[in-house]
Amino acid sequence: MVQIKRIQEDGMDIIIPIGEVDASSSIELDLVIAKSVGEGHTKILVDCTALEYISSAGLGVFMSYIEEFRDKNIRMVLFGMNERVANTFEILGLKELLTIAEDKVQAKQLLA
Amino acid sequence: MKKVYKVGCSIENLRGIRDFIRNALKPYGVRELDISEMVLAMDEMCSNLMIHAHHCNPDDLFELSVNVDKRKGVVFEIVDDKSVFDINAFQEPALDNLVHEKRKGGLGIRLVKAIMDEIEYHQQNGKTICRLTKKVQFN
Repeated sequence: MVQIKRIQEDGMDIIIPIGEVDASSSIELDLVIAKSVGEGHTKILVDCTALEYISSAGLGVFMSYIEEFRDKNIRMVLFGMNERVANTFEILGLKELLTIAEDKVQAKQLLA
Repeated sequence: MKKVYKVGCSIENLRGIRDFIRNALKPYGVRELDISEMVLAMDEMCSNLMIHAHHCNPDDLFELSVNVDKRKGVVFEIVDDKSVFDINAFQEPALDNLVHEKRKGGLGIRLVKAIMDEIEYHQQNGKTICRLTKKVQFN
């Protein structure tokens, strides 16, 4: 189960998934990202500090936006992953396809 | 000791599956990162089964078991009535293709194959048994 919060800071939209993203809850992550894009945000941060678990369904959501973001010049940075979540991205080689920062400061610098 | 969990094919039950595996492996001194990888791989296997073979029917049950064998490693079995799709025969699409096609699926099997050391399928008494083994160190 996941709860997703959103805040806006320094012209950036920050998406904060709290809990576990799996096949039953990935749709919620998808809807929140779609909403952010629909509202015209071009700088999106995903705060993963409270993300306890992510399965391929959640990873697939991020993957599915890569081309759209390229086309629309939208930049997204994920940050604050715990070791287990970071390992999941690593196994699939997604660290090459997505921008992942250590923490919020670094993530904001990447979008500045 | 073999631990068994019977579960209905609702994806709402995936969390219970993850908890079952974590709890079953906790007493054996398996590295936390190894546990989390196995939890992920089995979540992927079970969600595939629930969605593709059982269309998320909560009345359909399958059996998941975990057995820790200090020589072989951690052995999982999924026992199901339906003929289960053999993931060994599946050629995963390249990541670039998934990005291009904006596909949200296709990553799960890649994860399972990357994490597990052996994946075998057997037929027994009209049921399909999928056995997945992960070699780990026990502390």
